[in-house]
Amino acid sequence: MPAARVATSVRPDPVRARERTLLLLATPALLVIGVLFVWPLLRLLSMSVADGTLVQFEKAALDVLYVTVLWESIEIGLIVTVICLLLAYPVAMWLVQTSRFGFILGMFFLLLPFWTSVLVRTYAWMVLLGRSGVINRALRDLGWIDAPLPLLHNRLGVLIGIVHVMLPYMVIPIYAALLRIDPDLRRAAEGLGAPAWRAFARITLPLSLPGVFAGCALVFVITLGFFITPALLGGGRVMMISMLIEQQVREFLDWNFAAALATVLLVVTLAVYAMLGRLTGGAGHAGR
Amino acid sequence: MPAARRRQPGKFALGVVAGLVFAFLMLPLLVVFPISVSSASYLQFPPPGFSWQWYVRFLEDVTWVESAIRSFKVALLCTALSMALGVPLSFALVRSRLRGMRLADRLVAAPIIVPNIIISIAIYSLFSKLQLIGVWYGIAIAHTILALPFVVILVSAGLRTFDEAQEQAAMGLGATWGVAVWRITLPQLRPSLIAAAFLAFVTSFDELVIAMFLSGASMTLPKKMFDNIMLEIDPTIAAVSVMQIVLACICLGAAALFGRGVVPGTPR
Amino acid sequence: MDLTLRGVVRRFGTVTALAGIDLDVAEGELLTILGPSGSGKTTLLKIVAGFEFPDEGTVHLGNSDVTVAPPRSRDVGMVFQNYALFPHMTVAQNVAFPLEMRRLAKPERERRVAEALALVELAEYGHRLPRQLSGGQQQRVALARAIVFKPRLLLLDEPFGALDRKLREAMQLEVRRLQRRLKLTTLFITHDQEEALILSDRIAVMSAGRIEQIGLPDDVYARPGTRFVADFVGESNLLDGVARSGAEAEAAGFGTVTLIAPAGAPGARATLLVRPEALRIGAPAAGLANRTTGTIIETVFLGLSVKLRLRLGTGLELLARLPLRPSEPFPLAEGDDVPIGFAPEDVHVIADAGR
Repeated sequence: MPAARVATSVRPDPVRARERTLLLLATPALLVIGVLFVWPLLRLLSMSVADGTLVQFEKAALDVLYVTVLWESIEIGLIVTVICLLLAYPVAMWLVQTSRFGFILGMFFLLLPFWTSVLVRTYAWMVLLGRSGVINRALRDLGWIDAPLPLLHNRLGVLIGIVHVMLPYMVIPIYAALLRIDPDLRRAAEGLGAPAWRAFARITLPLSLPGVFAGCALVFVITLGFFITPALLGGGRVMMISMLIEQQVREFLDWNFAAALATVLLVVTLAVYAMLGRLTGGAGHAGR
Repeated sequence: MPAARRRQPGKFALGVVAGLVFAFLMLPLLVVFPISVSSASYLQFPPPGFSWQWYVRFLEDVTWVESAIRSFKVALLCTALSMALGVPLSFALVRSRLRGMRLADRLVAAPIIVPNIIISIAIYSLFSKLQLIGVWYGIAIAHTILALPFVVILVSAGLRTFDEAQEQAAMGLGATWGVAVWRITLPQLRPSLIAAAFLAFVTSFDELVIAMFLSGASMTLPKKMFDNIMLEIDPTIAAVSVMQIVLACICLGAAALFGRGVVPGTPR
Repeated sequence: MDLTLRGVVRRFGTVTALAGIDLDVAEGELLTILGPSGSGKTTLLKIVAGFEFPDEGTVHLGNSDVTVAPPRSRDVGMVFQNYALFPHMTVAQNVAFPLEMRRLAKPERERRVAEALALVELAEYGHRLPRQLSGGQQQRVALARAIVFKPRLLLLDEPFGALDRKLREAMQLEVRRLQRRLKLTTLFITHDQEEALILSDRIAVMSAGRIEQIGLPDDVYARPGTRFVADFVGESNLLDGVARSGAEAEAAGFGTVTLIAPAGAPGARATLLVRPEALRIGAPAAGLANRTTGTIIETVFLGLSVKLRLRLGTGLELLARLPLRPSEPFPLAEGDDVPIGFAPEDVHVIADAGR
């Protein structure tokens, strides 16, 4: 490529040399990403149209079962997003204004689950929510219930498990957005006569929206692709699209159909993320 | 403590909500502790008595210990790979002005949002061709894709706050760029590097979906746990869980203490 | 010559940052590159330091051509704007860094570090970290680090900007003394004309990628070669004039100005420069060849002097600066109509009136 440059000078240019070095540094990682991520992904997606037709997609679109599963995944994604948002916003606000000790403690409570394996947490919820689990046991011992509540192996259990996993993903972007807001702005608003709730509604809330959108995008999109938690907590009664894909590959060895389902999931994921990502102005992105 | 500030009802309500959410977050982590030292032979709460039997059973079962060791090996190799690839990549992403780098930036972060199941079966289909199923380093290589975004995010964030004039100064004083980076930049980036390494380790150590497809007969710890949970719930799982939580605690503690970027919003 | 630049050109895309720079810095000389931001002085500095290479032209240090040499092989000591001290190394380690890069033996290294730190009066501070020092001390460390390896050239990139006024003045004098004592060939980059006048042996004024004028501080101030230099260095009254026959010119808004020599061929355009301190106000204006009257529209007290803004009947505004004597009250006030005058020898004619 560089040969195309008009030769105003043949001198070495440190700026260009630097770019070359940087490119060289990026190359191994980009190669690995290309070979282990982009290439396998494209290969998989291409399998969905391996027979030269869109028959796999037709199958996915026409069978009530598959449409139901996709719809259920989206529904669970939306519910989880809303619950996480409602729980995370106050937590983020509390983190911004608490003492240093409170902050450290809160971050520990938030990050320890985040750093603990999803599997361990899911198992723990099974212990808690089961028919003879900790919660039902306790409620019965207290005499509040006679028969065990159905907490596990249904949508409720799945929702509890996913919300638990996704909460930190919502709290942290909102917290980061709140932290960026100059506290003087709110004080100024209150100083100008706005009551605290109006100062919140007119200043804090709108300015934190990028963080809210970033959190929502992340939570919805990751929830959509959840596998372990619904597989264990749903007890076969809740089916999400990831489980369907796994089933097609492992049980039916129907790669082409699995690829079609994967394509649908990926398209929905990227579309939602791009849409919400536009609203955040890039705040949800890995960059700054 | 909160009683002292009760004057502002809004703040107090926030504290209550935050406290409930934190309780919700910690509840499942705490509940496995008593179960793991239960003397009962099946899941029972509260435990009828104290016993180390489930830890002993874990240590005496070769398949458990082997899978734990395998997971450690996988996680270590994955950490090494993702650091070796991710740190240089971060330099390029932060410093380069090439237009393609913005695209690369998005691409690196993509595995965070692309559903794990899709990444898993895509790699599975490739690795079965390459006969990389059932070998431990195959899993480590695949995990690198998942750990790389975290490494890049943390290291890039550290690098952005670094004043590049220091590297120029070092070069003006006689250092090559490599020496300047090694002696001046990387030592100052150490907190970010530590945090990144721990996060990469934990990401790989806990990963299940890829391991499910790639591990074959030689299981990683999460895969072995998953199978056990599916088959029978005995408190050995609780003992393993406790050990995993303790490990997460250690990693998080070390990363927060010596690292930077793990706890958002507290740059030092 | 210790540093020689010939025809140095640097372009960034369609923007020409340096449009042909010729520059010579003599051994032991302190030459200042003075210019506003965007004038190309930073690019020039980077080219001399080796962080960028010129598209055309050459850079010589002594007899060696370093046009495309990497920074490490140039032997140039540089003090950065924010010092760029290495925060994770002690003061002594910072100063030892260039010696270490040159693979000096440890005893020699330690001796030279101690010497350099003593030179900047920080002998006791070797074991401290940079952040434990004050701004002025940090700057001295940066200076010690830049001179410890006896570089052929010292580069100072706006090094005083981060200091408060008092400290800045003290450091300026200290750098000056050190530079004289060690006979360091020095290239000093700044946008602060006052600083340039205080420190420099010679000043090169840059604008839009060119050197507008190069000369002694006195020359640059009293006899600017271009209107830009007159305007940028010091305060000035610039009158648009047309040369007349004899030692006279017609200045817009003022009238006939008597000069000591012709301003050029009759009818040629010229800019007339009268420094504010050359204006006489009130009684002292009587008897001067160039006289008029005006109204004081603003007075600003500056301690040792007072600055007056005056408006003539034609609408032309002039700036005057009068010395203040603490013993006497200042006799003039805003709104006063006063005689204004200046001597022919205080008018400097800038022929280049193209701008």
